[in-house]
Amino acid sequence: MALRPIEFIPHNTRIDFVGRRLYAYVFSAVLTLASVLLFVFNGLNFGIDFRGGILIEVKTTAAADVATLRSTLGNIDLGEIQIQEFGSPDIVLIRIQRQGGDEAAQLAAISRVKESLRPIAAEYRRTEFVGPKFGSELIEAATLAVGLSLLAIMAYVWFRFEWQFGVAAVIALTHDVVTIIGLFALTEQEFNLSTVAAVLTVAGYSINDTVVVFDRVRENLRRYKRMPMAELLNGAINQTLPRTLMTSFTTLLPLLALVALGGPIIRDFSIAIIWGILIGTYSSVLVASPILLIFTPPRGAPTPEGEADTAAAREG
Amino acid sequence: MVNLSRWSVVTTLVVCLLAIVYALPNVFPKTTFEGLPGFLPHRQVSLGLDLQGGSSLLLEVEAAGAVRQHLQSVEAEVRQQLRRRGGERIGYTGLGVSDSAVVFTLLDAADREQAVDRVEAIDRDLRVAVSGDRQIRLELTEEARQRRIATVVEQSIEIVRRRVDELGTTEPSIQRQGDNRILVEVPGIDNPEHLKQILSRTAKLTIHLVDEGASVGDALSGRVPAGSMLLMEPATATRPETPYVVRREVAVAGDQLVDAQPSFQDGRPVVSFRFDAVGARRFGDITSQYVKKRLAIVLDNKIVSAPTIQSPILGGSGIITGSFTVQEVNDLALVLRAGALPADIEILEERTIGPGLGRDSIEAGKIAAIVGFALVVASMAVSYGLLGLMAGVALVFNLFLLLAALSALQATLTLPGIAGIVLTMGMAVDANVLIFERIREEIRAGRTPISAIDAGYRRAMSTIIDSNLTTLIAALLLFQFGTGPIRGFAVTLSIGIISSMYTAIMVTRVLVVWWLRRRRPQTIPI
Repeated sequence: MALRPIEFIPHNTRIDFVGRRLYAYVFSAVLTLASVLLFVFNGLNFGIDFRGGILIEVKTTAAADVATLRSTLGNIDLGEIQIQEFGSPDIVLIRIQRQGGDEAAQLAAISRVKESLRPIAAEYRRTEFVGPKFGSELIEAATLAVGLSLLAIMAYVWFRFEWQFGVAAVIALTHDVVTIIGLFALTEQEFNLSTVAAVLTVAGYSINDTVVVFDRVRENLRRYKRMPMAELLNGAINQTLPRTLMTSFTTLLPLLALVALGGPIIRDFSIAIIWGILIGTYSSVLVASPILLIFTPPRGAPTPEGEADTAAAREG
Repeated sequence: MVNLSRWSVVTTLVVCLLAIVYALPNVFPKTTFEGLPGFLPHRQVSLGLDLQGGSSLLLEVEAAGAVRQHLQSVEAEVRQQLRRRGGERIGYTGLGVSDSAVVFTLLDAADREQAVDRVEAIDRDLRVAVSGDRQIRLELTEEARQRRIATVVEQSIEIVRRRVDELGTTEPSIQRQGDNRILVEVPGIDNPEHLKQILSRTAKLTIHLVDEGASVGDALSGRVPAGSMLLMEPATATRPETPYVVRREVAVAGDQLVDAQPSFQDGRPVVSFRFDAVGARRFGDITSQYVKKRLAIVLDNKIVSAPTIQSPILGGSGIITGSFTVQEVNDLALVLRAGALPADIEILEERTIGPGLGRDSIEAGKIAAIVGFALVVASMAVSYGLLGLMAGVALVFNLFLLLAALSALQATLTLPGIAGIVLTMGMAVDANVLIFERIREEIRAGRTPISAIDAGYRRAMSTIIDSNLTTLIAALLLFQFGTGPIRGFAVTLSIGIISSMYTAIMVTRVLVVWWLRRRRPQTIPI
């Protein structure tokens, strides 16, 4: 054969994940608590999507001097202004805090900024403005979206498995979502609509990972009626480990390509997803399944399908 | 599983073929398809504003304001009805608008029946309620309020559309959102500030008589005669802000205009306008009756100019002078032609992307997608050998299918949408990873190649469905609650999940079965 496959991940692992669950619980508890504390005390660096405000990306005729620009714009009294180079020396991103007054006052501020940039602006690449009224609505919609998707996923897992799996899945998911938010509170990266999209994507991805392990747990529950729960869970996690790691790997690869080559606008978004995939993979293996030891699902009577599986296992 | 029915093979091949046919138009420039017959697929993926450049504005119609205005006109009518109309004057106090009602209190309870009688005729939408002996409320019913708001929003959309069309942009999209919002999307616009100015202007034009008997000084200190109001003519370079007392009564209104054009008079830019038949007659009457008196031309509660009537104007046309620039005259003529908004409009959100950024984003997205694809295929081939390559082939068809679905459904591709495609590439091979890992396990358990492959596909199936459906749930909610570009991400993610499930299972199966039959391998290189 011309192609000889390489197994990066050993298939016959017998790692005692469940036995070491205390470490994982403590680690996750600390991580979650730290995230909550960071969120409460540090807060999130909300972007204009949620806080309202103005964002202008401008390409200048020559390499931009941020200091000069700052003093030029500082003269027009718009409150806090952040100016940063954005991907190239002749492109700057200007963020202007929400102006006092109504929507019309915000629009007037945009005109004034563009007026004073006129001598050096070659092209306005991006002008975004979110009024104070709309921003608070977006926060509501985003919170609702995240909350509802957690509920919907729990309902689905409950429907397909037993309620114990649903609870375990949602605990793991909440852990993922809270930690991602914690990361944003820690790094003070801008938290905007794309970040919410990233969080939801990660929720979808992480649950995907968890469900694969759960599926194997369910299969083994039917197959090995007398095996102690801890051993059974370890077996399921180890059996699915090559897949869990391989899929995380193949998903991370294109995301890394996005970070490196996708341009500055979606870089933050991609970084959030990468972090989420790392956390999601960790939680599927070390958090979600061990929780099943606390909420132990019933083994029930063997189903016809289960019988067939058992027979097949014996045969193999 | 290994014995794939002829039907499955044929369907899979047809789906793949159709995917290629429908995806293909995206590879060529638009002009290629002009000569081809119409039955061939020619739709291309439509690019979102963040990729092709353009402005997206979310407007809110202040419908409540329009309702209040309506109630204020009812209030004026009530005042008139109680004062005269043939019969004797009815004494009242505390006439005003509160919430969604006009209220007043009679001085004498004996007048009650007659008062109710008089005000009932004003508007069928109003419910007259008497509380106590003397208080009368004219309430706008909830249904009538809703209907009025709906009408106001409909009219506003129409006016916004006319104004955008007058600007001569290509393929603008104007849609209603929710109860009282309008989403305006204008591709490829180079001056969003101008667009915003044009759209946010109410452009309510009215012509009033100046109340020359009233003292401006008194009015400024708060004593405005009943039936008149104090308005300002904004300052110009040569003259400070000037106050005028004008009659409340509208002599002629802007909705009777049939045309307005920019022109010049004595070398200065002016707007010339023409009234319809009714407007022309009223304008003629007023100007004949009040020669040598002053008129006030009022636009959005500010006086544009207050000329003295030199002679009756009977032709129904006139000009608006003022200290205008050419640009201002053009804009004013445009908004007058398009008509006044029935309510004020607020701009809640703006997203404008310049064409340069759009091009850069497409370019960056393309490169990231190609590199991401290559990395995924390479890692699959290295890990799973021949089967991994087959997964790579399936991934190619997945991309075709995704592109075909986006083109056929006319979904909008946004920059986060491209990110969604790149992300699904990684997740798409997950189904294959599940199957292949399962095959490996079955081989280790001692099965023959055919039976291992069979068991691998069969047992991985429920896992694949469960895991993909949960991701799909998150994607669909994202679509439901997301706005603009984020929706684009949800669209490509959802379609990508569905198409990848299909290709990862069916395409690789057809390839694997075909390989098994041709080679009859004793071992599987996995």
